[in-house]
Amino acid sequence: MTIDEVKIGGLGASRPRVEDNRFIRGKGNYVDDIALPGMLHMELLRSPLAHARIKSIDVTAAWAIPGVRLVLTGEMMASRNLAWMPTLSYDTQAVLATDKVRFQGQEIACVVADDPYIAKDACEAIIVDYEPLPVIVNPTQAMTAGAPVIRDDKENQHDNLIFDWEVGDKDGTDAAFSAADVVSELELHYPRSHPSPIETCGSIADFDRSTSKLTVYMTTQAPHIIRAAVAMVAELPEHMIRIISPDLGGGFGNKVPVYPGYVVSILASILLERPVKWIEDKTGNLISTGFGRDVYLRGQMALRKDGKILGVRMHTDSDHGAFFSDAQPSKFKIGLMHSAFACYDIPTAHLTAQGVYTNKAPGGVAYRCSFRVTEAMFFQERMVQAAADDLGLDQAEFRRLNFVQDDDFPHRTPFGFLTDSGQYGKCLDIGLEAVGYKKFLEQKEEAKKNGRLLGIGISTMTEPLGAGNSREYDILGIKMFDSAELRVHMTGKAILRTGAKSQGQGHETTWAQIVAHELGIPADDVVVEEGDTDTAPFGMGTYASRSTPVAGAAVSMVSRKIRAKARKIAAHLLEVSEEDIDWELGRFYLRSSPDRGVTIQECAMAAYSNVPDGMEPGLENNAYYDPPNLTWPFACYIATVEVDPLTGVWDVLNMVAVDDCGVRINPMIVEGQIMGGLTEAYAMASMQFITFDDEGNCVGSNYMDYLLPTAWETPGFELHEVVTPCPHHPIGAKGIGECATVGGPAAFVNAVMDALKGSGVRNVDMPLLPDRVYEALTTSRDVSGAPPIRTS
Amino acid sequence: MYPSRFSYEAPTTVKEAIALLSKANGEAKVLAGGQSLVPMMKLRFAAPQILVDINNIPGLAFHSADPDGTYRIGALCRHVDLEKDVELAAQQPTMAAAAPVIADPIVRTRGTVVGSLCHADPQGDWASVMSALGGSIVAEGPNGRRTIPCSDFVNGPFQNLLEPEELAVEATVPPPVGTRAGGYLKLERRIGDFATAGVAVSLELSGEQVVRAGIGLTGVGPSTICADAAAETLVGQALDQSTIERAAQLASDVSQPRSDHRGSEAYKRHIVATFVTRILSNLQPATEQAT
Ligand SMILES: Cc1cc2nc3c(=O)[nH]c(=O)nc-3n(C[C@H](O)[C@H](O)[C@H](O)COP(=O)(O)OP(=O)(O)OC[C@H]3O[C@@H](n4cnc5c(N)ncnc54)[C@H](O)[C@@H]3O)c2cc1C
Repeated sequence: MTIDEVKIGGLGASRPRVEDNRFIRGKGNYVDDIALPGMLHMELLRSPLAHARIKSIDVTAAWAIPGVRLVLTGEMMASRNLAWMPTLSYDTQAVLATDKVRFQGQEIACVVADDPYIAKDACEAIIVDYEPLPVIVNPTQAMTAGAPVIRDDKENQHDNLIFDWEVGDKDGTDAAFSAADVVSELELHYPRSHPSPIETCGSIADFDRSTSKLTVYMTTQAPHIIRAAVAMVAELPEHMIRIISPDLGGGFGNKVPVYPGYVVSILASILLERPVKWIEDKTGNLISTGFGRDVYLRGQMALRKDGKILGVRMHTDSDHGAFFSDAQPSKFKIGLMHSAFACYDIPTAHLTAQGVYTNKAPGGVAYRCSFRVTEAMFFQERMVQAAADDLGLDQAEFRRLNFVQDDDFPHRTPFGFLTDSGQYGKCLDIGLEAVGYKKFLEQKEEAKKNGRLLGIGISTMTEPLGAGNSREYDILGIKMFDSAELRVHMTGKAILRTGAKSQGQGHETTWAQIVAHELGIPADDVVVEEGDTDTAPFGMGTYASRSTPVAGAAVSMVSRKIRAKARKIAAHLLEVSEEDIDWELGRFYLRSSPDRGVTIQECAMAAYSNVPDGMEPGLENNAYYDPPNLTWPFACYIATVEVDPLTGVWDVLNMVAVDDCGVRINPMIVEGQIMGGLTEAYAMASMQFITFDDEGNCVGSNYMDYLLPTAWETPGFELHEVVTPCPHHPIGAKGIGECATVGGPAAFVNAVMDALKGSGVRNVDMPLLPDRVYEALTTSRDVSGAPPIRTS
Repeated sequence: MYPSRFSYEAPTTVKEAIALLSKANGEAKVLAGGQSLVPMMKLRFAAPQILVDINNIPGLAFHSADPDGTYRIGALCRHVDLEKDVELAAQQPTMAAAAPVIADPIVRTRGTVVGSLCHADPQGDWASVMSALGGSIVAEGPNGRRTIPCSDFVNGPFQNLLEPEELAVEATVPPPVGTRAGGYLKLERRIGDFATAGVAVSLELSGEQVVRAGIGLTGVGPSTICADAAAETLVGQALDQSTIERAAQLASDVSQPRSDHRGSEAYKRHIVATFVTRILSNLQPATEQAT
């Protein structure tokens, strides 16, 4: 009688992904697949210069090209009060440039035409007269006295500083440092990178004058936020705005912000009363949309001779580009940077942070991380390795010595977060065993005698995932909860909708599994829908690994509400009182006579055919979920490498990952997330970055220069798991979408640095391109990766 | 992709292709594999008014050795054709070493060897291979055929000696005077990346003695570099350690790399020397190698 949960696709089932059915058949429906009757095409003209005053823009020739319907410049936007828009970080951003261009690739004008070829021809026909200005590409230049003020549009802005911010206990930390036997130091740059989803950004705005309704198909990870933003910024009535985010070809944080292209396409559709499609090209995406990282970190660790960490100091200088438009929901200026060192038992810490404007693209996004957690964990793990080396201690044992212990939860981190669960030592043990730690150390010594350089790097971390709780997280004041709506039909099939928005995470598969777990309805009987603001309930979207922690929890909660109502119906059908029945997966039964029972499907039918007197018919509900805390997954990544001393080329010999993300809904999907994340970690460590020359030209504006690793280079990964359920999540799950991207890079870099150990080099900035590694080896000096890139 | 407006022609004979090129007043471009031209058109760096697609011309997709040992590569021979040829390693070891490291598998399926030579990218791998082999380009125009040595063919970055109405119909390699040996090493940041530095070495050996040698360098100058002095120093010698070191030094000296985000000038010079050494050390007779 008992239902096998895995068989019905419940928790723990590696159920094949439902969405893959259409994706592998080429039947996905992306924004660019949509064609509306009478649709026009929009193209943006972008600035070739990084910093220049606009003296004039001549659009006459563009207008003269047959098939051109509209040419818009900043001046015309300004006349509608739309030349600037507010950002998610309470700054302003130019929609189309009026006074100056402030980064290469900035949007200057747009053309709407009958087809995209004409639109592109017409963009080329626009003549812009520029007066070049000095260019700033890093924080040092930005903060040099007399540096040109990039944001001279802002009344009270007289330099390039955006914020000065601090957190932690300065005096306590100073005291810890006075008491230290050894102080370790480290300084590094986490380079700018770009999430680079294969599908670029795009939109089709369709304003229908006859109904006054604005429908926008848009590549967005957060359709409801966009609806709110359009309502507030464009002052259109919210019920007349419908945002549809169809299938997304990846997001990784890149599709959270509001971009000028969206705004201009909406205005163009309103002006022309025809659908207007804008599809960004790859270069446009890489040079103008939300990047990740670009933070300079330095810090110190106060240590006792026996290996105990007494305190930590950190300072960050972050480069936000020309507009402060970080898409981050926390109350903290530098995101969750201060989640650093959360897995270690450290009494005190202090962080100072400074953010600056530069002549680079704006729109910092959490590229597959909770905001700035990637930089935090990278610094943490590089610092930990440096400290272990300075003390002459084994890097694994040094970590173990300082880990928060299993019985020490809830634990207050040095910067004030509250972690709630974990088995850090166990994860480390499994990782060391899997990689053959002791044996590798011997091999390494042996190889050294033959002039071969082997290295091993460890990265262990717990990170805060699942923004957020409504106390500390909001976007423009909107609280960060999520909701789910479940309708069970009379035959026991169901439709579930959430305000999250899958972009590869597999929600259509996993949400149905949560329903199966809560109600015993087979996952195949539950269809999942997201992404249409007219039909989906409110939600803050998918990023920061928040879907399972927040929307997923809402799915559990709404299922439980349904179950509660079904219980009343069951009692009615069994002609007993509610207290006399119990629940097992998919069925209520009489406690005194377990053979007598009704299935959830029978309850569903009764909800529409035989409800008890006084009960509202139907079996549907919704639930809002405001998480009490973030979730804290833990990971241990260990990489081994060999470095070629004559070329600086390094190869990964082995990569072991031990992830504890609590209860796994769909183990296969979890493993996919980890492998994807490790690939991105390897990418950051080895090749993938966006940099700039001294004129502000973006190096990395296409896939020949912006290197994404392919299956050829990407090493194999060996995955292991530990399960420590999240104490506050309804099914014990923690976020997992980002752990490997966050924690992985340090494992690779630590491994290469370990191979270089003894050379006197403390740091080589990512990516560890062969020439950088070779330079470090031969000069025994640290290698900085900060822009501008060297030219002869 | 939204290139500038162009018209498209698909001739089925070489004559017809040449006639179309002649008519076009220099506004036409030959389309071979399209792996360099099409990306440039996408970016609108290239905006030819006419594309003359040679893919429908029969008889150009070959690579073979003549009875006298001359090796010929037709204008529609793709990188993959050489990569998949199991006999190539014995006949043309330098080519066999280069074919699998050109671009990525997708590009290799479409791109042509001759197209790569015509494209004259300083980072193109085939140009250094063909220079090392002493190869030539056979060009055909309204007035017939002429042969241009690869070492002269390129007269600047992305520039070659072809007249606008000429089609490169094949590339040729002269017959060997000894047993062929050679190799190609390329430093790339990722599969599908152009070379940070690449070294092509071709040797012809009589016993242990080098009777002819060629060394071509990829990506370390404004165009492909023929390291003639380095090659010369090998001729008449056996591959002993000091000869190898001398050649490596000379090759490194003649390279003209620029510092950029792939590496400093000094690094690239060092890679050239390292690769010359590695290729030659690999070609040492077993006894030498052991020492
Ligand atoms: C992602 C990517 C990676 C790459 N990596 C590498 C690499 O690592 N190493 C490397 O060497 N190359 C690389 N390439 C270039 C590739 O090898 C090209 O195939 C080659 O350079 C050009 O060959 P094609 O047949 O595609 O020529 P096309 O693109 O068709 O033409 C190139 C140029 O040559 C002219 N042309 C072509 N054939 C003839 C002819 N028969 N007569 C006269 N003119 C002609 C064309 O008019 C055009 O100007 C890469 C390309 C891509 C897209």
